[in-house]
Amino acid sequence: MTYKERFDGRKFDEIRPMEAKAGIIPRADGSAYFKIGKSVAYVAVYGPRNLFPKFLQNPEKGILRCSYNMMPFSSGGERVRPGGNRRSKEISMVTEKALLPVVDLNEFPNAVVDVFIELPQTDAGTRCAGICAAAIALADAGISMRDLVAAVSVGKVDDKLVVDLNYDEEAHEAGSTDMPVAMMPRTGQISLLQMDGDLSKEEINKCLQMATKALRQIYEVQKKALKHKYEGESI
Amino acid sequence: MGELLVKEKDIVVPGDELATGMDFLPDSGAYRDNDKIIATRLGVVGVNGRAIRIIPLSGKYIPKKGDTIIGKVIDVTFTGWRIDTNSAYSAMLSSKDATTRFINRGADLTQYFNFGDYIVAKIITVTSQKLIDLTMKAPGLRKLGEGRVITVNPNKVPRIIGKNGSMVSLIKEATGCTIIVGQNGIVWLSGAPEKELLAVNTIRMIEKNAHVSGLTEKVSEFLSKVN
Amino acid sequence: MNSELRQNVLKSLEAGIRLDGRKTDEYRKISVEYGISVNAEGSARVKIGETEILAGVKLSVESPYPDSPNQGTMMVGAELLPLSNPEFEAGPPGIQAIEIARVVDRGIRESETIDTKKLCIKEGEKAWTVIIDICTINDDGNLFDASALASMAALQNAVFPSYENEKIDYKKKTKEKLPLSKAPVSVTVMKIDKYFIVDPLPEEERILDARLTVATTEDGKICAMQKGGDTPLSIEDVDRMIDIAIEKTQELRGHLKR
Repeated sequence: MTYKERFDGRKFDEIRPMEAKAGIIPRADGSAYFKIGKSVAYVAVYGPRNLFPKFLQNPEKGILRCSYNMMPFSSGGERVRPGGNRRSKEISMVTEKALLPVVDLNEFPNAVVDVFIELPQTDAGTRCAGICAAAIALADAGISMRDLVAAVSVGKVDDKLVVDLNYDEEAHEAGSTDMPVAMMPRTGQISLLQMDGDLSKEEINKCLQMATKALRQIYEVQKKALKHKYEGESI
Repeated sequence: MGELLVKEKDIVVPGDELATGMDFLPDSGAYRDNDKIIATRLGVVGVNGRAIRIIPLSGKYIPKKGDTIIGKVIDVTFTGWRIDTNSAYSAMLSSKDATTRFINRGADLTQYFNFGDYIVAKIITVTSQKLIDLTMKAPGLRKLGEGRVITVNPNKVPRIIGKNGSMVSLIKEATGCTIIVGQNGIVWLSGAPEKELLAVNTIRMIEKNAHVSGLTEKVSEFLSKVN
Repeated sequence: MNSELRQNVLKSLEAGIRLDGRKTDEYRKISVEYGISVNAEGSARVKIGETEILAGVKLSVESPYPDSPNQGTMMVGAELLPLSNPEFEAGPPGIQAIEIARVVDRGIRESETIDTKKLCIKEGEKAWTVIIDICTINDDGNLFDASALASMAALQNAVFPSYENEKIDYKKKTKEKLPLSKAPVSVTVMKIDKYFIVDPLPEEERILDARLTVATTEDGKICAMQKGGDTPLSIEDVDRMIDIAIEKTQELRGHLKR
């Protein structure tokens, strides 16, 4: 059986509906909400602020620290035990690396910018949703950035290359491949790339082209969210 | 041949292209990438001749020499006080810079300023490693007594103060409150409780409408409506 | 440490108003939204002013405790997420989170809101476990009352997942609601000097002398209490605080589905 039509009726290169908001957590220095399909991320940014313990400080520039966490009731299966695990630690780390190339913290030696990503509801593609929200939240926090970062997962379900896999597609009985990609949309540089499954070099190339196209749409949604928050404040 | 891709007062986000060609120059909040000028901050476009800058709409306070700030005592040491500045860095107020009176070495410094006290002070030094020194030896610099302390967006402080302090004077007159606005986004105010509340609400209104034209009239109206 | 703040709060209270202009017994705007997380068996969002809490319910099937072989169990967890307040740290729940979880737990448990006997599938072998998790999104004071309200709303929203051949299919939800018989709601009353207030702002929480959380069911029964703060209370104080709590409970319960 080949994958002729997507479970949710989307075209193969079509992303799920998105919703983005900036400034949803008043206590934070910057914050954002990003929803793609049924995956939802809340992000708060705090800082630049004092960093303790002192040995973590970098006297040359501020550091970025990301934390990715699924709420206990967020998953489609059993309750997620609070307190993190190996998976969430790794995702925190790759998220940090995905955002780092755009963030300029030279003005803030010894300080830290904390990015807290929380997922109340998940349906695949959550690290990408977290990165999309984090980029909005960092800009909202007034952090100096060379660009935003947008992320989406691409891959293969059965024999079809697809964009933005949902959970059912990831769990497809004929097998699926998932390749999360983050890019700086203006220059097309890649800052996150992971893959698990089975893709040929040609397929990877094709997938990256599809991702580039999808990320441009995501970028527009991110920009709109930021401008929307501040629109009332101008002119 | 250069072209401006945005207008004065447009809201831009990091990564937005502001201009192409070599005719324009990036000022604060912007950088050049080959023949393009790109925004690095969320803010409002300001064009001054060939220079394009972004006036930020958000972001933490960055300590600058000469700024008058409101800080909070977070530690008392042998030689002075450590002060929270509402930024990424705390500052030192040395006992010799705190008062014109002579303080004996080893004296109990809490009799001057104690934990949790708020002070108005001036920044005299900021090093590249962001070590900050404060002084209180200038008119108006003092310890603050009973009053309300609120935090505002430091990028909106110029609007709250107004030209030559006109905006804050307007609020002071209408409410009878004593109001001190620190460059670091900390505001201290003291007066009759309901007047304090009116002053706080007015400041919040200015914060939300900082870039609206005719703000002074709006503020007068806001103040008179409630009074 | 906070003496100037305290003086300022008291100055306002003497004039009969709070820092934000409210009366002493006045709550901020409350909203309850049901079903905010599709994967949870039940969920809710509660906002009190700018405080925002999410609560979610997950169900699983476990063997019952040997001392109650014909009953299911329930548990409450709370996480004060570092995203919701600059002072909250990442890591295992601190005492503040544990206290909130336990006070919410007692309100639900002691009122026998959930009929745990009806959670039993096969005596001594299989029974449902109900886990409520509370997550803070923005802390602008009064996490206690917001957490209790969100937990109750999440329970009301919950349905059983399909359970066939001793296996849960979380993807398939039934229409069967949890066996709930009551709806306990908590109100926390603060004492600052000689004043009693409800729904505190963070500034007010910082200078409180004592607080008393009172959970009550709709029939007016008090099912759980917790005194906090460093200052003791007189019997008269407690009496007064319970009166205020019972009165305000009506208002909070009004936001729950009947």
